[in-house]
Amino acid sequence: MSAVDDGLETAREVAAQVTDPEMPMLTLADLGVLRGVRAEGPGRVVVTLTPTYSGCPALATMRDDVVHRLRDAGYAARVEVSLSPAWSSDWISEGGRQALRAHGLSAPGPAPGGAERRSGAPVPLTLAPVRRALTCPRCGAGEVDLTSEFGATACKALYRCRACREPFEHVKEI
Amino acid sequence: MSATTPGPAGSAYDGLLEHDADLTGDAAQWAFGTDFEDPLAGVDTAVPDGVEPAVLAAYCLMLGDDALVLSHRLSQWCSHAPDLEEDIALANTALDLLGQARLLLARAAAADPGVVPVLPAGSPVPPEDALAFFRDAEQFRHVRLVEVENGDFAHVVVRLLLAVTVRLAVLVRLEDSRDPVLAAIAAKGVKELTYQRDHAARWVVVLGQGTAESRRRLLGALDELWPLLPELLARHPGEVAAARAGVGVDPGDVAAEVDAVLDQVLAAGGLDRPAAAPWEGAGGRSGVHTADLASMLADMQSVARAHPLGRW
Repeated sequence: MSAVDDGLETAREVAAQVTDPEMPMLTLADLGVLRGVRAEGPGRVVVTLTPTYSGCPALATMRDDVVHRLRDAGYAARVEVSLSPAWSSDWISEGGRQALRAHGLSAPGPAPGGAERRSGAPVPLTLAPVRRALTCPRCGAGEVDLTSEFGATACKALYRCRACREPFEHVKEI
Repeated sequence: MSATTPGPAGSAYDGLLEHDADLTGDAAQWAFGTDFEDPLAGVDTAVPDGVEPAVLAAYCLMLGDDALVLSHRLSQWCSHAPDLEEDIALANTALDLLGQARLLLARAAAADPGVVPVLPAGSPVPPEDALAFFRDAEQFRHVRLVEVENGDFAHVVVRLLLAVTVRLAVLVRLEDSRDPVLAAIAAKGVKELTYQRDHAARWVVVLGQGTAESRRRLLGALDELWPLLPELLARHPGEVAAARAGVGVDPGDVAAEVDAVLDQVLAAGGLDRPAAAPWEGAGGRSGVHTADLASMLADMQSVARAHPLGRW
């Protein structure tokens, strides 16, 4: 397959279908980290990604995968970073949320603060335990216990279902 | 591991390469990408009008070094926490802070390349790594609170609470920095510091209201670390200059907010504000550090310094 004069549609499609290395049921488009694809010459494209968490090492893999997949499709690609606006779990698409649930992960609810927090406004302290109204992605029960706010990756918390007793991961709101 | 040449063809690691058909040598990628790439690739790093590049760079080093050294102290907890979940929590927090440090040190280097240590010609070490691994103790600009040797679990949650409470108050204000890069790094960091501060504060309350032993240890950690807090709120000339230029925050301006948050935590934990006298001396922002930093850096920097031309 080689780059044809099809504008950027093919390049956009290829970049959008690259998957997250930690949550491969999500494409970069589903995850909301793909911020743009633009041309910078014949067969040359620039893909813009935004990091999820400041230290998430998956970004390096995403960048490499984007470059390789586009190379396979006949494009010379490079990746730029977009830092602003900061990524939010609200950017995970509805299709991505369904894919998470289909793979036994709990999808995030609305991010705290969100639009109502203006930049520069103080952040209130929350001493009470984190409470989320979740259902078990395996059996659908609503009685779940938080095991830990921190999981195997920066973006996930650990839960256990009281009904089916299975542990599951919840993608955190940020 | 060879530090200067790519691995030999046909090695046992070939199976780990994800795209080995047309890639060899430097272009080959490990299954999990590990190559260095500018974390600010494509970001406009022009210094705003009217801002001294050296002022902006020095300020970014302060914020970046705070994050780097705290991250390293937290990462030293890996496999030592009271339970697995807490081990992962501390490691996650260390990772967030390392990410903030990487961006801030890269921003310092982009603002004023003069701050980056000079390495031998041909070294592939990126500027933010050169800053992390090739500066000596007196060139670091973090506060001493983040560098002192680790203690028990009460020590790490008190250190985290104090450091992150001040950092969150500062980064919230930095969201409106005249430097758009610093503003963007801050906006992202605020989200992470919010749950880090909640996590540390909850532990302080739990330990304070827990057993006699947990309370005894918590009080010990508060007495030990509280004297280091004033340094975080002191108005260092480098921070004042950055604040005057509209790119930084004068830490004196966050003191009231920090006090209010800490009072809230202390009250919930049934704890009195420690009375211990503040540490004296010029402090970390001026490059005056404790002996603990030297031994920490010897550990943290030894591999990088042994292989300034290394490719990993």
